[in-house]
Amino acid sequence: MEFLLIIISAVLVNNVILSQFLGICPFLGVSKKVSTAVGMSLALVLVMGLATLVTYLIQYNVLINTWFGEKMDITFMQTIVFILVIAALVQMVEIILKKINPVLYQALGIFLPLITTNCAVLGASLTVVQKEFAFGGGEAHMFNLGESVVYAMSLAIGFGVAIVLFAGIREQMELSNVPKAFKGTPIALITAGLLALAFMGFQGIV
Amino acid sequence: MVLVLALVCLGASAAVVGVYTITKDPIDAAKAAKTNDAIKEVLPEFDNDPSQDVLEIEGNKVYVAKKGEDIVGYAIESTTKKGFGGPFTIMVGITPDAKIYNTSVISHSETPGLGAKITEKESQFIQQWKGLAFADGSTNITVKKDGGDIDAITASTISSRAFCDAIQIAVDTFGKIPVAQPATECLEGVAADNAQEE
Amino acid sequence: MGKLKILLNGIIKDNPTFVLVLGMCPTLATTTSAINGMGMGAATMAVLICSNMVISLLAPVIPDKVRIPCYIVVIAAFVTVVQFLIQGFAPALYDSLGLFIPLIVVNCIVLGRAEAFANKNSIIDSALDGLGIGLGFTIALTCIGLVRELLGNLSVFGNKLAETDGMLIFVLAPGAFIVLGYLMVLFNKLVKKNK
Repeated sequence: MEFLLIIISAVLVNNVILSQFLGICPFLGVSKKVSTAVGMSLALVLVMGLATLVTYLIQYNVLINTWFGEKMDITFMQTIVFILVIAALVQMVEIILKKINPVLYQALGIFLPLITTNCAVLGASLTVVQKEFAFGGGEAHMFNLGESVVYAMSLAIGFGVAIVLFAGIREQMELSNVPKAFKGTPIALITAGLLALAFMGFQGIV
Repeated sequence: MVLVLALVCLGASAAVVGVYTITKDPIDAAKAAKTNDAIKEVLPEFDNDPSQDVLEIEGNKVYVAKKGEDIVGYAIESTTKKGFGGPFTIMVGITPDAKIYNTSVISHSETPGLGAKITEKESQFIQQWKGLAFADGSTNITVKKDGGDIDAITASTISSRAFCDAIQIAVDTFGKIPVAQPATECLEGVAADNAQEE
Repeated sequence: MGKLKILLNGIIKDNPTFVLVLGMCPTLATTTSAINGMGMGAATMAVLICSNMVISLLAPVIPDKVRIPCYIVVIAAFVTVVQFLIQGFAPALYDSLGLFIPLIVVNCIVLGRAEAFANKNSIIDSALDGLGIGLGFTIALTCIGLVRELLGNLSVFGNKLAETDGMLIFVLAPGAFIVLGYLMVLFNKLVKKNK
């Protein structure tokens, strides 16, 4: 039940793009075609799940731990450590994927390098270890490992939902007559605004 | 190649550690100042340091403010889970005669422009708490929509409900403060005062 | 390239928000008011100037293959430093910017300038480039914040103009997209006319 609430909340209510403003660059950049949008989202689900898993373990086993017989809390190194881990992880996924599943690599490979600078990945890794969550009137608490990974992957799915919808609209828009000054990014932003307006309707269900 | 990368990492880490040690005190001071400011805001004048005089009652922090030997009030940090955008925390000042002196929002994630109005100190919603007596049960701390006595913020019923919830938690906590037992005694005194005035 | 030209380049011709369309996340998320937009812009500018300078110094000794990780480490270090400073000396700003301070690390503007400018220019030019791009970013964010605050809250820099509520939607998420879209149109019109 709890997991279901987390998923609904992350996918629809607190949509990563349309209400949290994370990952806007790829949202505007790779949303011209539905097929590339789908590829990007799948790669993101994979990377965000893995990245959150690894950074969560690092947070509670490396940054907060007993070193040399002394209790240490070096969470202030969080930003540096997490971004390096994410960058390395993305590289690793790319190399491994290339070796074991060339077909999947063909489909997702070109999106992987782009993902390092997708702030949704770092954003999700940081929020799950910094913020308390409460769903459906339950006790506010820090996420455990399972919840964190589910939350991060749901965020990525929410990214997918938004970007695929958006790409569909943009494909249609190619055919319509847009005033010159609005061409390109401006009209895309205004469309995104209307999409965000629609997503606001989900607020309050969890 | 690896050496250069390692050196860069080492240098960066050293810089961060250095700045961390320098800014640690100001950061702690800023955090403490936030709590202290909230306490000052929600209670009448006091001359002790309430942040050193803290009671823990069922997980809620109660700061005791004194002037000389007399207790002038309790600042109760209360967190509700029922906020619209997630949990939020307020500081509620309660004087020993079981009246709310003032309230202050410490942290929240309500919608800007709607639920976030709970932070507007001059608003009618926040002002209505001032001097509210609750011990005799005459005040029902729920919004009017739910049959209570509190005017909700227009279009932000959920945030207003959550605020009432936080106040209720603070009130319940106040009732459990051990030594004071002020609620009944002082209330009688107040009632007597009122009777004389009439 | 003249020094002044480097500076102005970042503000108008290569404006990070309106022309390059980089760093959209903080641009949209932190501009609920003019002050917040300005704070975010200033924080990013500080990181940009420092990282540009250090990277232009280090560029000759860093091997090509590990250059990106090195840049990221340098940037992340400065971001953390800025985060501590804001937390310690401007706690109110820290609360309202929240998560978006550490996220300056993945702001493509910072890494983009390191890669496109700082690693092949002198330290002074790099600092100026950081200043110019940073100013361009700050101005853009302040403008968006100003418009959103004015329409959504009827206030300017926190000073209420009228007691009634504004059009709330502009302070909420959809308003961010729409205001930025229209400001971009305006910028296109003005700049293209000058050409």
